[in-house]
Amino acid sequence: MPDAILSALLLQAGYNAALVAIGSALLGIAAGAGGTFLFLRKRALVSDAVAHATLPGIGLAFILMVALGGDGRNLVGLLAGSAVSAAVGLLLVDWIVRHTRLAEDVAIGSVLSVFFGLGVVVLTVIQSMSSGRQAGLEGFLLGSTAGMLRQDALVIAVGGALALAVLVLLRRPMTLVAFDPGYAAARGVRVQAVDLAMMALVLAVTVIGLKVVGLILIVAMLIIPPVTARLWSERTDSVVLIAGALGGLAGYLGAAVSASAPNLPTGPIIVLVSFALFCISLLFAPSRGVLAAAIRHRRFQRRVHRRQGLLALARNEPILDPLTLKVLRRDGLIRPDKVATDAGRARAAKALRDERRWDVARQMHQDEGVSGGYDGLTAIETVLTPDEIAAIDARIGTPALADKGVV
Amino acid sequence: MAPPKLELAAEDGARAPSPEDIANASLALSEITVSYGEKPAVFSVDAALPRESMVAIIGPNGAGKSTLLKAALGIVPRLSGSVRIFGQELERARDRVAYVPQRASVDWDFPTRVIDVVLMGFYRELGLLRFLRKGHRERARACLERVGMADFAERQIGQLSGGQQQRVFLARALAQDAELYLLDEPFAGVDAATEKAIIDVLHTLKTARKTVVCVHHDLATVADYFDHVLLINVRKVAEGPTSTTFTAKNLQATYGGRLASTHIDQLKLSS
Amino acid sequence: MDGFLQLSLTPILIGILSAIACALPGNFLILRRQALIGDAISHVVLPGIVVAFLATGVIAALPMLVGAAGAALVAVILIETIKRVGRIEPGAAMGVVFTSMFAAGVLLLEQTDTSAVHLDVEHALMGNLESLIWFDATGWGSLVDPVALAGLPPELPRIAVVAAVIAVLAFVFWRPLKLSTFDEGFAATVGVPTRTIGLALVAASAVAAVAAFDAVGSIIVIAMFICPPAAARLMTNRLEAQVGWSVVFATLSAIVGYVLAGYGPLWFGAQNAVSAAGMIAAVSGVILAIACLAAPHRRRIGAAQGQG
Repeated sequence: MPDAILSALLLQAGYNAALVAIGSALLGIAAGAGGTFLFLRKRALVSDAVAHATLPGIGLAFILMVALGGDGRNLVGLLAGSAVSAAVGLLLVDWIVRHTRLAEDVAIGSVLSVFFGLGVVVLTVIQSMSSGRQAGLEGFLLGSTAGMLRQDALVIAVGGALALAVLVLLRRPMTLVAFDPGYAAARGVRVQAVDLAMMALVLAVTVIGLKVVGLILIVAMLIIPPVTARLWSERTDSVVLIAGALGGLAGYLGAAVSASAPNLPTGPIIVLVSFALFCISLLFAPSRGVLAAAIRHRRFQRRVHRRQGLLALARNEPILDPLTLKVLRRDGLIRPDKVATDAGRARAAKALRDERRWDVARQMHQDEGVSGGYDGLTAIETVLTPDEIAAIDARIGTPALADKGVV
Repeated sequence: MAPPKLELAAEDGARAPSPEDIANASLALSEITVSYGEKPAVFSVDAALPRESMVAIIGPNGAGKSTLLKAALGIVPRLSGSVRIFGQELERARDRVAYVPQRASVDWDFPTRVIDVVLMGFYRELGLLRFLRKGHRERARACLERVGMADFAERQIGQLSGGQQQRVFLARALAQDAELYLLDEPFAGVDAATEKAIIDVLHTLKTARKTVVCVHHDLATVADYFDHVLLINVRKVAEGPTSTTFTAKNLQATYGGRLASTHIDQLKLSS
Repeated sequence: MDGFLQLSLTPILIGILSAIACALPGNFLILRRQALIGDAISHVVLPGIVVAFLATGVIAALPMLVGAAGAALVAVILIETIKRVGRIEPGAAMGVVFTSMFAAGVLLLEQTDTSAVHLDVEHALMGNLESLIWFDATGWGSLVDPVALAGLPPELPRIAVVAAVIAVLAFVFWRPLKLSTFDEGFAATVGVPTRTIGLALVAASAVAAVAAFDAVGSIIVIAMFICPPAAARLMTNRLEAQVGWSVVFATLSAIVGYVLAGYGPLWFGAQNAVSAAGMIAAVSGVILAIACLAAPHRRRIGAAQGQG
């Protein structure tokens, strides 16, 4: 088994498998990068409606091709049918939101489920047709690359490359619109046209991915890599790049692993590889990761309690909060009997003095930077220059404790 | 060894209320800190608001006024601090408090009628399964009458104007028949007639020896409407009777550069 | 008539009860802007059931319900964590979680030998309402014959109990549910445990989804959560009436859908029936479409957004 995976990874598992792996990688890049724009526009789940809405189109295209005397299984024909019904689904979502009081989530959910239901009806019709028994359209539900025709593999590889090319061409206006639609409009970008192009790209990725990932899980290729990338970066352009890379990696690894053994459906494997990358990121990402957040929250809570404790010391008030006491004791600011140490008294005096400085600063400096800077924790030295602080101190008067040698 | 007495402390606005203050206060807050993410929205606020008075919570946008109110009621979690209402724990005092949230905090497209919203005020009386009686409906109508909305009882709430929405919320609070009324920006974006109607109702509450606490943003009306003020900008700047606390100095300390001095001159300030 | 009793009565009843069990919590989900929680839950039912099967080795009602409810709980916790810690918008967080869990469910199922039991991917997706027949029915007398009744498909009593429990819960907790859906902040101040109510709603939806899952599969369940309540919202401006309409629409979808699927193709001269579950979803979609075009309260009222 490891040998099988390795040979698949090295594209040695046959020409078709290699084509599919390359196609999946290209598709993954296009989906990850393209999905980022959808995600940043907060419309990630619209793609779920689009994906499920492909099913009746696939079935109807099959019936139509058979009725015209052709081969119902022609991939290009099936994909064209799926694109048409997905587009209808997308238009319906927009129509419902615009013309009724129903919200977008309701529109997405109803279009998704009703189109899927219709698709299932059409599939059962096909099963009862004489030519339909071997149609294998179920493969579009969860993706199946086993026994794929050379021609189909080529369609996927070329389609993935085309989607990627379109994305590269449109990256600038799409980045602008995703980042700030208002600004983009002011710069002369036609926001509506770009939105339309974005949805067209999503539709294209969905349709091309049908055979590989399947319509139920294709949405994962559009959502998981952008969300993962967002954990790593705050900048739009690098989110797009990281999402593309993650999507490509998941597509390639997933397709290769799936080709290495039976009973490993392509779609679920690609999604799970993508999810594994996401989990690693969620744990370890520097600012939005779980570990970083837990450490930061703990530190932050201690800062708040330390500061409150110091102010209470300075005002001669009793400290009751157990966590505050613990923090102060651990920092050597109070003795076990709750009496302040020398260091504690010094820090308390400084804390109180800083509060007073902030009061004066707000009166002296008539700008948002100063009055908005106060949150109880920000050190005044980080907002004002030493000269400004000296000016404030001059107004407050000599520190009462300076005489005693503690500042 | 006790820490040395600090002269600065006398000038510092923040001072924790004593146990007697807490017992006597309508709403007592001790060291309330609330943080969304890493930035405190409210930092270590202490306050002991008097009973049977009209209190305004004042401060610039983003100063944490609404957050303080929500933290006092347990709607948003506190990072630290404690709350007492008439000296009791919040859970034991729920029957004594009525809350009027910001109008914009709910979806007015919700499928319900005006009278149904007011009837929500009887929740604690009715519990899960007790039947709604004719008496409840009559009381709800009376509450609508007090805010001048009796004619709208059967209307769908989506058909109301902003001012009417605010009055319906006030009627629901009246239905609760509480002792402490906490209102979040009751005058925001309402018409003059509504403002008058609301303030009249609030004054009758005060006459009936209730306590009213409003998050308020219109400095021009503070002196007319309220007899006690709490000035906050993340932390507490000052608290006390309007006559001694609503001063240019305190406002400047609260608002900083955000309040033009010409504007201050037009306010009815105490000196 | 025996044919009707044997072949059609139980599927129609199961269809109606499934649709009602889902539509009841669906009303609150759509008002809370959580319609897609129904989407997420119905997808994670599959891994829940597969794990329950792997753990117990049997397809039995209780482990399945527990497994599915557990999966729904895991999904909700994951979604909340991603939303909060990663600061990711809810839709995307949901998308990450339910697709991944569904993928895991499919993979587990493919790796497991389930040939001995009635559990495969296709049924999980599309359901198999038609197979839930009552062999032991010989005539109307069977309705009071204990022996024949014992031969009812176990799915029927299961969904009946679930629908009844959900209806009772909705009745008992009506006030806190309505209050916390309309105004969560106020509800908290009068002592409604708003978080618990929210979680309980999700849990009830999960139980409805798993009970309906046998019959209609994991995706068509979404139609039952969303379409009847959405159409009902457009019919009235009172929550009580909305819930009533949603039950009517759910029942109508189930009956008309089943009849069209079973007999419709015959009217066109075709031999075989089409998927009943799919047709039920399609009919619920048609009802929603008609409501969108003609229902009395289909549009938002302008004043609701005004600031005056």
